[in-house]
Amino acid sequence: MSTDAVLSVQDLQAWYGESHVLHGMGFDVRAGEVVALIGRNGAGKTTTLRAITGIVKKRTGSVRIESHEAIKLRSDKIAKLGLGYVPEERGIFATLSVRENLLLPPAVKPNGMTEAQIYELFPRLQERARSQGTKLSGGEQQMLAIARVLRTGARLLLLDEPTEGLAPVIVQQIGRIIRDLRSQGFTILLVEQNFRFAATCADRFFVVEHGRVVDQVAAGDMEAKSGELAAYLGV
Amino acid sequence: MSYQALMAQLAIGVSNGAFYAMLSLGLAVIFGMLNVVNFAHGALFMLGAFVALFLKLKLGLGYFPALLIVPIVVGLVGVLIDLTMLKRLRGLDPLYSLLLTFGITLVLEGIFRYFYGSSGVPYSAPDELVGAVDLGFMIMPLYRFWVIVASAVVCFGTWYAIERTRLGAYLRAATENATLTQAFGINVPVLLTLTYGLGVGLAGFAGVLAAPIYQVNPLMGSNLIIVVFAVVVIGGMGSILGAIVSGFALGILEGLTKVFYPEASNIVVFVVMAIVLLVKPAGLFGRAT
Ligand SMILES: Nc1ncnc2c1ncn2[C@@H]1O[C@H](COP(=O)(O)OP(=O)(O)OP(=O)(O)O)[C@@H](O)[C@H]1O
Ligand SMILES: [Mg+2]
Repeated sequence: MSTDAVLSVQDLQAWYGESHVLHGMGFDVRAGEVVALIGRNGAGKTTTLRAITGIVKKRTGSVRIESHEAIKLRSDKIAKLGLGYVPEERGIFATLSVRENLLLPPAVKPNGMTEAQIYELFPRLQERARSQGTKLSGGEQQMLAIARVLRTGARLLLLDEPTEGLAPVIVQQIGRIIRDLRSQGFTILLVEQNFRFAATCADRFFVVEHGRVVDQVAAGDMEAKSGELAAYLGV
Repeated sequence: MSYQALMAQLAIGVSNGAFYAMLSLGLAVIFGMLNVVNFAHGALFMLGAFVALFLKLKLGLGYFPALLIVPIVVGLVGVLIDLTMLKRLRGLDPLYSLLLTFGITLVLEGIFRYFYGSSGVPYSAPDELVGAVDLGFMIMPLYRFWVIVASAVVCFGTWYAIERTRLGAYLRAATENATLTQAFGINVPVLLTLTYGLGVGLAGFAGVLAAPIYQVNPLMGSNLIIVVFAVVVIGGMGSILGAIVSGFALGILEGLTKVFYPEASNIVVFVVMAIVLLVKPAGLFGRAT
């Protein structure tokens, strides 16, 4: 494990009730890096993010965020370590307006983006500020889910399949946003099934199978290893 | 049927509706957030009236100070109940918290019956609120008029706090998806405890308002709470607007039934409930899940 890891996961085990889903998951993410977890349906990618955030409570092993051990912390305390979570299916609240969704997560670190900066980046959100959150299109909801954590000052972002079910233009736009955030120094852990998309923005890839990491690929080796990756993903 | 008698029943109906609205509002907020059917609501309403009585007898504090102090005291009792007991039942079948709050009701009512029997202790309205008010189209007892206004203000204030403020957005978010709300860094466990305190604080406030009308009586809560539960079901479990609107509407309907078909006045709310459950099982304002 390198010392400048912003997020370091070691021997992470997690359970849903009696069902044991993560079996010794381990990887690290260094400052300013975009790291992608890829793997088939049901491999345990979402569960890994949910165990890091503390949403899945039954877990053991080690999750260090900025060198604070988070494995025993409650989810709200983990967020305060500087974590921004963009969940699978976006998690936009139907009972909140777009603006309320945007303002919901409290600041976890100083120097988050202001509301004005967010609207500059995502003008659509300002136009739709008063509509119900779930009335936005899928792409707009995904923008909102990302914008929501940029306000909090979190520098470590967890994105769970941000391109799922979206049109190619929107996927490209999200790719641009992720590269843009990377150039601003955000550290990002990205879960993706679409590994061609992930290849456009990630520095390193971890292949997840049956709740553990089975391979690691650097962006430069993508071409050479594309055959193996296709086999892992079953595409 | 004279116009005056009709209006008199209507006034009583609206002011009863004011109590239904305040009580079902608290129940709806608590159910929405904590998934708890708070059976103790009636007992805490009764406790509110008794605290007002004690404030007057022991500390010489009158009605208006009581309106401020009692909700805080009852709210704190709620916080204590939640922290010591209800909190342990989070995540379990709602049946457990229903049984617990039912038990709390029996204990509270038992204690007050032991000391006060089941006859009421009078609590007089303050001089400022005695008399009648001429509304132009009718003359109404001033105190009933005050109850309607105070309840409308409190209901609107609660609605506003939940629908239009930052804290209210936290409450709505946690009601919709507590796990994700907490993962954003919001302390949901504290929010739940505060919500319970707020909900029963409303019951305490209603208890003070009720004291001059119904007298202070250990059973005043259980007489009311059954109807209030029916109101909550009609409005839609957990719906704030539903609780307020159906509270007032059913009070009025009950008043009108007293005029036109008095024999049915005690059951009309339940008849409406049965019809609503048949036609729209989630309640008038409820979202089907
Ligand atoms: N709430 C749950 N209760 C029980 N088992 C679950 C739950 N959520 C997921 N699982 C199981 O845990 C395993 C890992 O699921 P997870 O959602 O982490 O996979 P994933 O890699 O994110 O898949 P996908 O690509 O489909 O999102 C699967 O076998 C799934 O069936
Ligand atoms: Mg997933």
